[in-house]
Amino acid sequence: MAIDAPRFNSLSKNIPPASHDSVPLRRRLVKFALIGFVIFYIGLVLFIPALNVFVQAFSGGLEPFLETFTKRPFINAVGLTLLMAAVAVPLNTVFGLCAAWAIARNKKFPGRTLLMSIIDLPFSVSPVVAGLMLVLLYGRNGWFGPFLEANDIKIIFAVPGMILATSFVSLPFVAREVIPVLEEIGTEQEEAAKTLGASEWQTFWRVILPSIKWGLLYGVLLTNGRAMGEFGAVVVVSGNISGKTQTLPLFVEEAYKQYHTESAYTAAVLLACLAIVTMIAKALLERRTGLKPESKH
Amino acid sequence: MTSSPLSDVSRRSPSLKLPSIPWLVTFGYLFLMLLLPTAALILRTFTLSPAEIWRIATSPVALSAYDVTFMTALFAGLTNGIAGLIIAWVLVRYDFPGKRLIDAFIDLPFALPTAVAGLTLATVYSENGWIGSLFAPLGIKIAFTRWGVFLAMLFISLPFVIRTVQPVLQEAEREVEEAAWSLGADEWQTFWRVVLPPILPAVLTGIALGFARAVGEYGSVVIVASNIPFKDLIAPVLIFQRLEQYDYAGATVIGTVMLLISLVMLLAINLLQAWGQRYGN
Repeated sequence: MAIDAPRFNSLSKNIPPASHDSVPLRRRLVKFALIGFVIFYIGLVLFIPALNVFVQAFSGGLEPFLETFTKRPFINAVGLTLLMAAVAVPLNTVFGLCAAWAIARNKKFPGRTLLMSIIDLPFSVSPVVAGLMLVLLYGRNGWFGPFLEANDIKIIFAVPGMILATSFVSLPFVAREVIPVLEEIGTEQEEAAKTLGASEWQTFWRVILPSIKWGLLYGVLLTNGRAMGEFGAVVVVSGNISGKTQTLPLFVEEAYKQYHTESAYTAAVLLACLAIVTMIAKALLERRTGLKPESKH
Repeated sequence: MTSSPLSDVSRRSPSLKLPSIPWLVTFGYLFLMLLLPTAALILRTFTLSPAEIWRIATSPVALSAYDVTFMTALFAGLTNGIAGLIIAWVLVRYDFPGKRLIDAFIDLPFALPTAVAGLTLATVYSENGWIGSLFAPLGIKIAFTRWGVFLAMLFISLPFVIRTVQPVLQEAEREVEEAAWSLGADEWQTFWRVVLPPILPAVLTGIALGFARAVGEYGSVVIVASNIPFKDLIAPVLIFQRLEQYDYAGATVIGTVMLLISLVMLLAINLLQAWGQRYGN
């Protein structure tokens, strides 16, 4: 009793005022300190650098900005960037759908985890190493080098190599986004469609595709963003020849190195707009599906 | 591996040939796009003698490049581990104006091409840039030094921890925290003993993903660093320089080292994710 009494006292005296007054105040202080830290950190690392892209691009007014649009190397870079996406996106979409179907609908086959890891490989391999692999395969000293040279086909330091590099780095997105959706919708509707006599194609177009469309769209957007924005893998295989094998990201780097800062920022603004469109679309898709898409990039 | 699923599918629907097409596309495409190039890199390395591989892989410039790459990436990954945990916490638990904007902004490093990131970081953090000019009087140079490498890696690995921790934190039961709180635990005890353990696998997965991304990063680092050997030269840039000098053996060996390390990272990430899933169940 002698020991218990003071403890009881201290409890009844000290704790209630603490939980009514000082604790909420301290909690509120912690809250404001943490929110302040987040704004500071995001501002320093993300927001100010992003804002800078737009400020720099228009710092000399609209004229130098628009002038860059009339320059030959710039127009070529825009065209090549669009070409990269126009080839890599359909290729990786078809592959992604097939791989997602294979993985989501065949849970028992051995090596399923291995297959998923292999599909993820481009996310963990350095883009430069990816480019190096293609050089060792299709370059002058590469495995297929003599054959390609004999048939006068150029892959490295030419557009085909750039397409291969772009497809390599943007390969996993569609598969990664579609697998969880396919797993979630289950097989009942597909089986019902088949029982009712639908062919495989009909089942795909009318049953599977409508239910995976948002996941698929998000995967396609990510593929497109990466395909248009890739730098490391493309610069290794392209040779970075101005006006010939230069995409917009490569144009940005070279213009910056040669002190054509306005041109660099004009191209950077275009790419930043692409990023913003991708981010807005992501936010809209999340709201529509109520799902947080996978975030492993 | 190929034959069993194929026969499985055809047994289920012998009249239809189509199900085999997804398998053919999957394996054919993976073979052409991933396995063949990977094999070219590894087999090319083994055309060299072991002594030569060892000599190139451990040359002083390569060792220094690994040091810059891995230590800076680790430092950036850990910084983002702590900052990301705080950001995820704030985004899940608190309400404040502009929260949705910040939440959407987190994905910027995923969406922004790395060359643009490098360009703008080099400008903002250079000696006469917006932020760099604040550090210049203190004698701290950020762009074109190892700090620039750190900054670029910080930028590109920022979203990983936040995006892995957010969903776990959202599902965490707040009653447990309240219980710890009412049983007399203070904030620190509640954080270390109640909040942190269930989200730890997610935090570590995020750090590992960010680290793996930072290790392989090229585009932003090459612009924001000066790329001088023994100072701020990273391994991917060294590979690129070797290729430019037509030193294929040098590029190949260092490329293989980087590939093996990314495979180890991939394995570690998968194990961490499996651990996290077991924790969740």
